[in-house]
Amino acid sequence: MASHQFDNVDRSGSVSGPPSGGDYALDRSFRGIAWFSAALILALVVYIVVEIGGKAMPAIAEHGLGFLTSTAWNVQTGQFGILPQIWGTLYSSLLALILGGVFGVAIAIFLTQDFLPSRLAMVFRTIIELLAAIPSVVFGLWGIYVLIPLLRPVANWLHANLGGVPFFGTSLSGPGLAPAALVLAIMILPTVASISVDALRQIPYKVKEAAYGMGTTRWEAILKVMLPTASSGILAALVLGFGRALGETMALAMLIGNSNQISLSLFAPANTLAALLASSFPEAGPVEVRALMYAALALLAITLIVNAVGLAVMKFATRKFEAER
Amino acid sequence: MNANPEMMAAGTASPRNGIVMDCQLEKVFYGDFLAVRDSKVPIEKNKITGFIGPSGCGKSTVLRSLNRMNDLIPIFRFQGKVSYHGQDIYDKKVDPVVVRRYIGMVFQQPNPFAMSIYDNVAFGLRLNGFKGNLDERVEKALQGAACWNEVKDKLKNSGLSLSGGQQQRLCIARAIATEPDVLLMDEPCSALDPIATRRVEELMIELKEKYTIALVTHNMQQAMRVADTTAFFGVDISQGSRTGYLVEMGPTRKIFEEPEQQLTRQYVRGEFS
Repeated sequence: MASHQFDNVDRSGSVSGPPSGGDYALDRSFRGIAWFSAALILALVVYIVVEIGGKAMPAIAEHGLGFLTSTAWNVQTGQFGILPQIWGTLYSSLLALILGGVFGVAIAIFLTQDFLPSRLAMVFRTIIELLAAIPSVVFGLWGIYVLIPLLRPVANWLHANLGGVPFFGTSLSGPGLAPAALVLAIMILPTVASISVDALRQIPYKVKEAAYGMGTTRWEAILKVMLPTASSGILAALVLGFGRALGETMALAMLIGNSNQISLSLFAPANTLAALLASSFPEAGPVEVRALMYAALALLAITLIVNAVGLAVMKFATRKFEAER
Repeated sequence: MNANPEMMAAGTASPRNGIVMDCQLEKVFYGDFLAVRDSKVPIEKNKITGFIGPSGCGKSTVLRSLNRMNDLIPIFRFQGKVSYHGQDIYDKKVDPVVVRRYIGMVFQQPNPFAMSIYDNVAFGLRLNGFKGNLDERVEKALQGAACWNEVKDKLKNSGLSLSGGQQQRLCIARAIATEPDVLLMDEPCSALDPIATRRVEELMIELKEKYTIALVTHNMQQAMRVADTTAFFGVDISQGSRTGYLVEMGPTRKIFEEPEQQLTRQYVRGEFS
């Protein structure tokens, strides 16, 4: 502001003029609000980490890194370890990512590659996004009353006939990894599908023309051209889905069985960090609360690492498939 | 400009030698809209056939009918015949995918795939199950498209990292890597600067030794420079909508210097565009 206003020129009859003082004030205040909002988010993240870290400090001092590799969680003896929860968190999220990823990307292909008239595709997409609006606890109840009874005969048949395979090493008596992972997969499906739809939609029409112009069949065009072109967006969808699966709490606390064991079996009960926090906090005494704070910090670290790795993979894909920016 | 029906004359007076594609278009519709009518366009072997005409005259539509690219548009409807080596490509028994493997295409906007330069050129070879020496064919195609020297040290880089002109030559390399029979080029220079345009034009003249080329261009000078035969399309607005049709077709020199039709003369003089 206050720069040269070119007042010396005769402008009779012209409407052109400098922005008013009010315009400049508005410009400045919007910039201020934007900066403030961005700074606030950063401050909030730092505050949360510092607060949880501070509360976890006594436990960190007491248990050290052994906390991450120990399998005991015993309030009476004061022994705490979260290896089974870390295992359960990663294992259940990975299973959910595989299932939800495959179905989510398949749905995205189905909705964007001219399999459906565009209006019908829109209806489908809305329905899938509605899945995201279902509360976690409802998914949990549905899992308990519908999914587990449905899964049990299948699981027990698999265990009886293919018990030698580590994945089917136990029978399913009630809650367990399989129902939890299935529900998680359904919960991350809308995220994966809708972000993948956006990624595939962003591909310019000329790319599709180029593919068909080379004489590809529809599936060759999709698999060899469209998916690689959308790969960074689809990876973003998978990373976000995985992040959501890692932190999901309520449905898992209801379905996973809250049992501190490490097993490859899909039908064994297990536990996750988020479920541990949710189910233990209400009755925890001061010593256990400190250990839980440590566990919360570990969960935070895992999500951060997963997101960082995901970003790195996306960067790599962008560089490999698209021009360096 | 009004076109009366007697004015439309087809340029295929006598059958010539080596006609690779014989397009006998009767009517092309997009939905209910009649986009092009009555255009007989024979494409001769080892020649460049240029399609010129004002906007909306259907020259691109005709070109894209030659390898069934328009089939991507659901409301597109083609009436007539395009015989390619004696076979009508619009026959029900013909798979458009097969047609496009023999009749390659270069588009208005450079559209390399989001993959490395090498993979772009190798795409068609792999697609066709080529089992021989891939490196050799990729190099040959890039040399054929006059961009080997510029990209030989960065074959692993993304095709999208190249400049517009290089991208377009990469697309030409991609199209010629499988050595298709016919190359359709839809305003291939419209997104390029004059230097890149010159290079692509030189390339087209080299390529016609081996391939048959059909070229749509908005640029009359380009048609004059490279086309052996030129087809001039006009727009008929007499029926209340804009329908393209072939006005006249013949040797390029004749079309530009002594056209038979008044409309052609006006167009090549630049009286309308």
